[in-house]
Amino acid sequence: MKVKTPSKLEKILASGKMAVTSECGPPRGSDPDVIPHKAEKIRKHVDAINVTDNQTSMTRLCSLAACIRLKLMGVEPVLQMVTRDRNRIAIQSDILGAASFDINNILCLSGDHQSFGDCAQGQNVYDLDSMQLIQTVRHMRDEGKFLGGDPISRPPQMFVGAAENPFADPYEIRVPRLAKKIAAGVEFIQTQCIYNLDKFEDWMSKARDRGLTEQVYILAGVTPMKSAAMARYMKNKVPGMDVPEEVVKRLAGTPKEKQAEEGIKMCIESIQRLKEVKGLSGFHVMAIEWEEMVPEIVERAGLYPRPVVD
Amino acid sequence: MIVADKKPIEEIIDYVKDHQSILVLGCNECVTVCEAGGKKEVGLLASALRMHFLQQGREVNIGERTLERQCDHEYLEEIRTSVDNYEALVSLACGVGVQFTAEKYMNLPVYPGVNTLFMGANEMRGVWSERCQGCGQCLLGHSGGICPVSRCAKRILNGPCGGSTAGKCEISKEIPCGWQLIIDRLKALGRMDDYEKISPIKNWSTERSGGPRKVVREDLKL
Amino acid sequence: MRLPYQPSIKIIRIPCTGKVDALHIMRSFEKGADGVYLVGCREGDCHFNQGNFRAKARVEHLQRLLDKLGIGGQRLQMYNLSSSDGPMFARFAEEMHQRIMEAGPSPVRQALQKLKKRQPAPEQAVAAAL
Repeated sequence: MKVKTPSKLEKILASGKMAVTSECGPPRGSDPDVIPHKAEKIRKHVDAINVTDNQTSMTRLCSLAACIRLKLMGVEPVLQMVTRDRNRIAIQSDILGAASFDINNILCLSGDHQSFGDCAQGQNVYDLDSMQLIQTVRHMRDEGKFLGGDPISRPPQMFVGAAENPFADPYEIRVPRLAKKIAAGVEFIQTQCIYNLDKFEDWMSKARDRGLTEQVYILAGVTPMKSAAMARYMKNKVPGMDVPEEVVKRLAGTPKEKQAEEGIKMCIESIQRLKEVKGLSGFHVMAIEWEEMVPEIVERAGLYPRPVVD
Repeated sequence: MIVADKKPIEEIIDYVKDHQSILVLGCNECVTVCEAGGKKEVGLLASALRMHFLQQGREVNIGERTLERQCDHEYLEEIRTSVDNYEALVSLACGVGVQFTAEKYMNLPVYPGVNTLFMGANEMRGVWSERCQGCGQCLLGHSGGICPVSRCAKRILNGPCGGSTAGKCEISKEIPCGWQLIIDRLKALGRMDDYEKISPIKNWSTERSGGPRKVVREDLKL
Repeated sequence: MRLPYQPSIKIIRIPCTGKVDALHIMRSFEKGADGVYLVGCREGDCHFNQGNFRAKARVEHLQRLLDKLGIGGQRLQMYNLSSSDGPMFARFAEEMHQRIMEAGPSPVRQALQKLKKRQPAPEQAVAAAL
């Protein structure tokens, strides 16, 4: 697939090498050093860093400001944008704000419902959904126009991504949904974190059958488990998460002080197995509040050093 | 129909606590069907209010009346003379009726007795659920007859989102995932190919955000 | 069986407790009743299928309302028995009588007395039964 933007992430994916991305959560305050501090720990081991956007509807420092900070320190950011909190005016405006700092990657999301977060009494917006946000960014980039039709001076040059969850219900539309996002214009996908590798491989094979892996770069989401308790929590309390019983059992069978180490081992094993999946273009390592483990995971999974592109 | 639910009695008492004569006005249509503001509920509220005031040592005159509707001039006119006997009115109609009554009887304090919630249907006795949000541009023809605006908590037009679990919405197991319902229906109709058609960005200007709405039919105006 | 029960209890006969409207109960209290209780068929044995369940739901709803109004939800009760169970009926009557004696006169009755609108006999309770 041809390179269409100055995005470093796009260049690495287009070169045929496995890409590695990770994510940082912004603070619940205005401390300017939190994001740079987290990013420094992992910058040599990843190609780009996502900044989450008021994840689970908990109010945090905005993704845009954090991405600007990353850009200024020479790290490649991925701006995550949810449509829950912004109407189409704010969406286009924030995209231009990001583009003015040459932020070249955007992940288009609908966003968790506000009832999960700290402002459950607030309104939500959803003027657009994630599919329509993908269309909007492509329209602004490729046509150089606002949704209203006027031309944009210095249109954004963003590499457009979205999330997909192969484990959400109903399963039967998860590949058609991927096809739909590709038709809307998505260029890369980061999946929800994978514990059920069989199911993921099945989803990938169906995607391959439809030729979708030729049209989009797919990065497999992986998250190391810190403990058996975390595994159980994710299995039972997080919507759209598929954690097989063997995963919980394996951790539960490990003595408590060794569970984190076992979790890292399991994560690396998953990466090794997923590397063999045809059509997969990389990994999205999500180690929320455990960013210091990312370098070890990347190195032990044989994904270090990261390629250099100009 | 419009679905409403009774306001807590404490709230209503707080509105009317200083009045000496109160008319409780019910409505014979939607709020009767959802058992929140019909003739029976008028009777219950009036009885409760009388007992409240009695305990305070006051005999307050509580009138009871139920109109066919409170959203039409003709019916509201029926109480034109009787309202003079009251200092205040508690309307058990939906928000529409309360306002129309207040507009018509400008000098009479009018208080709501129910919380108006949504346009919905009666699933079974005692259960009403939302079906329509009045977006003004009905797209039911494209979504298999199930509305993503009113049945999806995020009004996603290209759903489902990644939080849909076992046919339920991520926010509550009591709420069916609107998109699961749409997909089931498209399957039943043999129209799963429609699923991949991208729903374009919606024109929300005919919805609430476009401002208070009005329908004018010139062919019906005299 | 001619078992004795308290003279404070007035019985109103109805074909089914399901026929008791919430309004009948509210108006009873409004007129100064100290207590109201319903006696219906055992659950599952209702001659008219679900009448006693409907009555139970109404009673529970009104108990909450009576609490909120400061009258006291305990003044309203529902009992279930088999229609031939005379001793049980007498027991319920005694239990209700005791409950109301403990609760004292209804605040509504006291208010009405103060307003000199009526002079009811002491400890009036009303029962509706099959």
